[in-house]
Amino acid sequence: MVEIVNTGERVTAGLYGDIDHHSAAGIRAEIDAALENSTPRILILDFGGVNFMDSSGIGLILGRMRLLEGFGGQIFIKNVSGHAEKIIKLAGLSSLTIK
Amino acid sequence: MKREKAIVKNQIRMVIPSRSQNEAFARTAVAVFASQLDPTVEELNDIRAAVSEAVTNCIVHAYGDIFGTIDITARIMSDNTFYIRIKDKGCGIPDIQEAMLPLFTTCTGGERAGLGFAVMESFMDKLKVYSKPGSGTSIIMSKRLITKEDNE
Repeated sequence: MVEIVNTGERVTAGLYGDIDHHSAAGIRAEIDAALENSTPRILILDFGGVNFMDSSGIGLILGRMRLLEGFGGQIFIKNVSGHAEKIIKLAGLSSLTIK
Repeated sequence: MKREKAIVKNQIRMVIPSRSQNEAFARTAVAVFASQLDPTVEELNDIRAAVSEAVTNCIVHAYGDIFGTIDITARIMSDNTFYIRIKDKGCGIPDIQEAMLPLFTTCTGGERAGLGFAVMESFMDKLKVYSKPGSGTSIIMSKRLITKEDNE
């Protein structure tokens, strides 16, 4: 599940529940629709509501990163905790974290 | 002192269709079974993630556009080791070493991170992959859970 706040300049996607290969497809589609609409400078993925994540969450981050690079946008992640943090660390993406 | 050979204390087996809806079911069912070992939250999440990766590999890579079955066995051993075998009859892996390299993926869409085996390897104690192109892949992984007795 995903809840999107779009100010034009900045898109914030609040992620909820489980992120796996099955759920990532729907999340991706919603975020990409917002990105294509507004080509924002900043995308923030908020992991605060995530209960479970496997490497599909990493695919979600990397895929959006590539999309944003196409129009000079930047991606950040926030509220990463528990097990999701372990996977993000393993993928070497901790540097994208903001408060 | 010589450690006695561990015996199987309990076992489940389930055969599920390779539909992505079943990813959540598979990892949850295995985790509920593992909870008989009284694991920590972190251990349980490690098991959940490892199963999720293995099952996703079956769905995305082994079967791809076709549907097949995924055969999952989980065992609780007498030495508190949790053992999982996940088997498919899909396309198989031509080069296992290459497939296990972090970031290696055959998916061209760019939405798979190529970290499935890396997650399984780092969250479980042992991982073995057996595969034969054309006949399928078996993943065997295990993790010895820290028990209260170990800490005493």
